[in-house]
Amino acid sequence: MISLSLNEQEHQLDAPEDMPLLWAIRDLAGYTGTKFGCGMGLCGACTIHVDGQPTRACVTPVSYAVGKQVTTLDHLHHDPVGQVVQQAWLNKAVAQCGYCQGGQIMSATALLKSNPTPDDAQIEAAMAGNICRCGTYNRIKDAIKEAAVSLKESRA
Amino acid sequence: MSRQPDDFIAANFSRRTLLKGMGLTGALVIAASWGLRTAFAEEPKAYGAEAMPDGWVDNPKVYVSVDKDGTLTVVCNRSEMGQGIRTSLAMVVADEMDVDWAMVKVAQAPGDQARYGNQDTDGSRSMRHWFEPMRRCGAAAKAMLVLAAAQQWGVAASECRAESGQVLHPASGRSLAYGAVAEAAGQLPVPARESLVLKTPEQFRYIGKESTRAIDGQDIVTGKARFGFDARFDNMLYAVVARPPVYGGTLKRVDSSAALKVPGVLKVIEIESTPIPSEFQPLGGVAVVASNTWAAMKGREALVLEWNDGANASYDSDTFKQTLLKAAQAPGKVVRDTGDAPGVLAKGGKQVKVDYYLPHLAQAPMEPPVATALFTGGRCEVWAPTQAPQVTRERIATRLDVPFDNVTVNVTLLGGGFGRKSKPDFVVEAAILAKAFPDRHVRVQWTRDDDLRFSYFHTVSVQHLEAALGDDGLPTAWLHRSVSPSITALFGPDSGHQAEFELGLGFVSTPFNVANVRLENPQALAHTRVGWFRSVNNIPHAFAEQCFVAELAAAAGVDQKDYLLRLLGPARQIDPQALSDTWNHGESPERYPVDIGRLRAVVEEAASKANWGKPLPKGRAQGIAAHYSFVTYVAAVLEVEVRDDGSLIIHDAVIAADCGPQINPERIRSQLEGACVMGIGLATTGEISFKGGRVQQDNFHNYEVARMPLAPKSVAVHLIRPAGDLPLGGVGEPGMPPIAPALCNAIFNATGKRIRDLPIRSQLSGWKGSA
Repeated sequence: MISLSLNEQEHQLDAPEDMPLLWAIRDLAGYTGTKFGCGMGLCGACTIHVDGQPTRACVTPVSYAVGKQVTTLDHLHHDPVGQVVQQAWLNKAVAQCGYCQGGQIMSATALLKSNPTPDDAQIEAAMAGNICRCGTYNRIKDAIKEAAVSLKESRA
Repeated sequence: MSRQPDDFIAANFSRRTLLKGMGLTGALVIAASWGLRTAFAEEPKAYGAEAMPDGWVDNPKVYVSVDKDGTLTVVCNRSEMGQGIRTSLAMVVADEMDVDWAMVKVAQAPGDQARYGNQDTDGSRSMRHWFEPMRRCGAAAKAMLVLAAAQQWGVAASECRAESGQVLHPASGRSLAYGAVAEAAGQLPVPARESLVLKTPEQFRYIGKESTRAIDGQDIVTGKARFGFDARFDNMLYAVVARPPVYGGTLKRVDSSAALKVPGVLKVIEIESTPIPSEFQPLGGVAVVASNTWAAMKGREALVLEWNDGANASYDSDTFKQTLLKAAQAPGKVVRDTGDAPGVLAKGGKQVKVDYYLPHLAQAPMEPPVATALFTGGRCEVWAPTQAPQVTRERIATRLDVPFDNVTVNVTLLGGGFGRKSKPDFVVEAAILAKAFPDRHVRVQWTRDDDLRFSYFHTVSVQHLEAALGDDGLPTAWLHRSVSPSITALFGPDSGHQAEFELGLGFVSTPFNVANVRLENPQALAHTRVGWFRSVNNIPHAFAEQCFVAELAAAAGVDQKDYLLRLLGPARQIDPQALSDTWNHGESPERYPVDIGRLRAVVEEAASKANWGKPLPKGRAQGIAAHYSFVTYVAAVLEVEVRDDGSLIIHDAVIAADCGPQINPERIRSQLEGACVMGIGLATTGEISFKGGRVQQDNFHNYEVARMPLAPKSVAVHLIRPAGDLPLGGVGEPGMPPIAPALCNAIFNATGKRIRDLPIRSQLSGWKGSA
């Protein structure tokens, strides 16, 4: 049994230590916001936060997260920055199929927490690891900029 | 992604004749030879939704329900894969019914075409074929609610009207909410079609208007949206499958002893391979079933496998490219012949002669194929992200040998489709495994490796073009040979020739104003599963044609945009049959002629909005391309910068499109933006290649798709609203074809380097032009 602090709840999971967090979070704990896209940390669909850091759940063993706080998209609406990002995503009508967008939102939220006013190049660098096959990148960029402005206004 | 084989039959024979004359399975086999078309030539040809299997349904009792609280639930019969169809069809119904958007919900129809009409979500057809039936559903439902209220009041329905979810009786000032009369309305007969009063465009609240909230938007950003990957059941099982690495291969031997020792692994099950042509049935192999996905994946790694590779073991993309190039140098099956192009070309003079090569591609939707199935009491129920629920149901029934009525196909959201999920092989796998574990849900999970190695690949092709140029620089003769394996090889003996529907995807249907035109289709055999990929054969056809136009412009010393317009010629309407396009996307040639005026207009609009010809620094330039597909007209201007190291920056993309009347303009723009990014991706790095019959790519590090830094710094989409009573065009696919040629034409203008082989990859690395 592995004890995991996931979305502010303690979970006892019957997982081998090398099981990637992705499958522990989904198959064992039952959260669905984290998606499988590549299994090699190449596409970002599985992005979660481990102690606030954007992390690819598909290549991170569950043992790595023991004693740390794991947050998935399912719980992001409890995060003040996450809420603003989610709203910006709706305002800009970013999603097409939507499958990758959870990972995009997790990456964007982490970006805005570490850099509240990213420029285009910084957004591109931070988001380059998140693939969207529908090609919504321009709207993602716009949504991140809108969220940055909203967050700045709320701090003012 | 365009047509299912049975659609193809139905487009040519009436459904009635088909069902009367032969069983569906037999029809499929026969249709694959394409030999029976003339047998029913006396049957009047049907077009549009009418011609699709099971046609359309406009019965509000099937599609519309109103709860006591006034909530309107619209059933969506089409699969949602990002095109926004769940939102857009609901907008149409809600508009005709006059219901506030906050009160609208959408329920997804299971696969049941007898009830819901055609459900094949492909060919950029959903709104084109369902706008009118859904309008009638909404108008009929509204009429029933009004009548129910009028009866309750004892007044004439003509004295009442509907507004924002209420029926009003202005004379008495009375009103009743829809919810209050919904039950009574449901007991009334559906009014006759010809009695319905549809809204006029001025009365529309949602149709053609901006900013209707996407029906699934909130669920998507909060993780509540349910994709195929998210179907969850108590005590469910998880499986992955090891498949024969070569198309047509079979299992020789498996040692599963190590796999069975992996904790969590429950069983190893062989899935029988389907011989070539395997159609939509699974490739077969060995499934590992476990209590979680990770255990199944580890179990599969522990299998010791030997395969019989079969006839395609020598399929090699480098060799096959030479085979295609060779075939392209010799005359092939003539598919259009106007004037005497070979005669003019034989006379010599100024000529341009080139070959273009485009490799296989994989759709690679972000959600890899995945499906969950339950087999219990002789019945099979599945939950799957499928573009073709009826086809899925038929194939499961066939494979499990259970009655069609014992199969239920629940359609989840699709995490991208792009044509991959119109083929239900992965769902059939889940059904087969569920039958081995009765009463338990079994999910089959494809990894990215599986997805890239076992797709139904976009075809590989060589496009050979020749032109003779007259004194004015315009072609006096045009010869185009399109050589590429056909999708039809999935369904029967491989003729090596493109079918009517493939030729109609931007080849014969391309309308240049040249007196002598010869179009040929030399033979090319398929050595893997070739299937639909967003915009299908338009990708190679548009790439070759639109690059060639720019090459001719350069040879003539004329501006690309001016040359393209001159080649299109004056505004006029062309009967597609005069272009030897007997398919015309299944649409009526009278209702959907090829309209050169509309094609010219998108070229001019894109050029104008992009400020075509503006001065730019060295190494930076614009390129243009335009293409007509899925009965929609699209032009693109891309502005690129090629750096000294050969890397590309795509600055601005300007897209102009005319898809006829616009139902959900916001989603139309998003589809065109996305198609632009996908088109850039396939042009720059998209390639699936084979060695020893095996796909050489296995994840996003060696099958690269566009990431944010490669996307244009801006994408502007300009939608043209043409005047007059025009029918709807497609939206999901027609944005793709012009992108790759516009990009390569821009690169040529920036560097003088002409890209003729895709992907571009490192071909620009030698360029030091700006140094």
